[in-house]
Amino acid sequence: MIKTDIIIIGAGPTGLFAVFEAGLLKLKCHLIDALAVPGGQCSEIYPKKPIYDIPAYPEILAGELTEKLLEQSKQFNPGFTLGERAETIEKHKDGLFTVTTNKGTIHKAPVVAIAGGLGSFEPRKPNIQNLSDFEDKGVAYIVKDPEIYRNKKVVIAGGGDSALDWTIFLSDIAKHVTLIHRRNEFRGALDSVDKVQELKDKGIIQLITPAEVTALQGNGGQLSSITYSLNDSKNNIIETDAFIPLFGLSPKLGPIANWGLEIEKNAIKVNNALDYQTNIPGVFAIGDINTYPGKLKLILCGFHEATLMCQAAYKIINPGKRFVLKYTTVSGIDGFDGSRKQATKSVVKSIE
Amino acid sequence: MSQPIDISIKVTDRDGNIHIVDSPIDMALNLMEVIRMHELAPEGTIGICGGMAMCASCQCYVNSSHDLPEKSDDERAMLSEAFNVKANSRLGCQIQINSKMEGLEIELAPEE
Repeated sequence: MIKTDIIIIGAGPTGLFAVFEAGLLKLKCHLIDALAVPGGQCSEIYPKKPIYDIPAYPEILAGELTEKLLEQSKQFNPGFTLGERAETIEKHKDGLFTVTTNKGTIHKAPVVAIAGGLGSFEPRKPNIQNLSDFEDKGVAYIVKDPEIYRNKKVVIAGGGDSALDWTIFLSDIAKHVTLIHRRNEFRGALDSVDKVQELKDKGIIQLITPAEVTALQGNGGQLSSITYSLNDSKNNIIETDAFIPLFGLSPKLGPIANWGLEIEKNAIKVNNALDYQTNIPGVFAIGDINTYPGKLKLILCGFHEATLMCQAAYKIINPGKRFVLKYTTVSGIDGFDGSRKQATKSVVKSIE
Repeated sequence: MSQPIDISIKVTDRDGNIHIVDSPIDMALNLMEVIRMHELAPEGTIGICGGMAMCASCQCYVNSSHDLPEKSDDERAMLSEAFNVKANSRLGCQIQINSKMEGLEIELAPEE
């Protein structure tokens, strides 16, 4: 079991900044995120796009913002449970919460901050009738362990970075890789596009475009072949052991919707007059996932909400203790890793 | 100062309900934003990427013969990865509202 002061659900900008603010109050954080890397939407959807409304940054790329936020909170040693989705929450008699992920990892803390953005990112599944029948029986939406495809016949569908990258990677491991995409053009890093072109030219992989997978066939419950249509007309069948549709991810509110929180317009209602607490005392919602009169879904608003949430968390964790606001410039920052950052002392020396 | 001008747009939502809504043309709005402004699709199910043509949550079908701006490469690429795509599919976020769009008829594509 992972024990911490604040469980933060969602490792996007708001959740990452909460780690820093909590650290100033000597509170330790642990973040849970369904994605394999921190950053939330900034990593998953638009890492290379600029943001212009982060104070003091006239322009910053979303991916760069994530790196800076990680660097800023590094000395507070945040814990991470990545690639797992927060599934259930339970409040115990001693006032502590446990949050359990879909993979059974248990986290325990007196405060939970939901910084889940638009929800957890789930794979977008193509509309093929019996697709779900073959999930884990040949069909996978995420490549977790490439080794399972060793010496297997694999069909990948999609036209973005992940389709290209896995085609390249698996071409080394699998017996045969076929990439199917609805268009001749691919949207990905130039290097990847060139590499796939090279693999195709050398006959290492098979590229089928413009085509779409339309049906799946099985044998004893296991996937055995797929049907694809070329130019909306002719149906073709290829034998395969695995089918990996890679059409990106889209956010879904998911299990959080069943936690007994007050939800309005796909967002969690909070008390914005005070501390961004939800209807469950001890559970807060900050950033894009919350709503209140006048709410703006902006990263900079999430930063402010995270800061006030940490104050409230401090009061819950240290009941009765007085709090005095300290400026980082004056008092410096003491990391949990023993590091210290502080302003350099000015030299006091007389000039004779 | 001249009065701000509105155009009227016919939107069929994901449940098949028809709405005739007004859209100002002097606020640099795109079609996705107009749909959100009138709350014709639940918050969180439209405009997920914010309007960068990086998701297809604002996909719609254009049912009138208005002369719309050409698709950009980004929009074309995104639509090639989207589901439920038809010949008249567009991403709402890539269509800037202007005065020539009076009477535009669109239908929201199903939520993915």
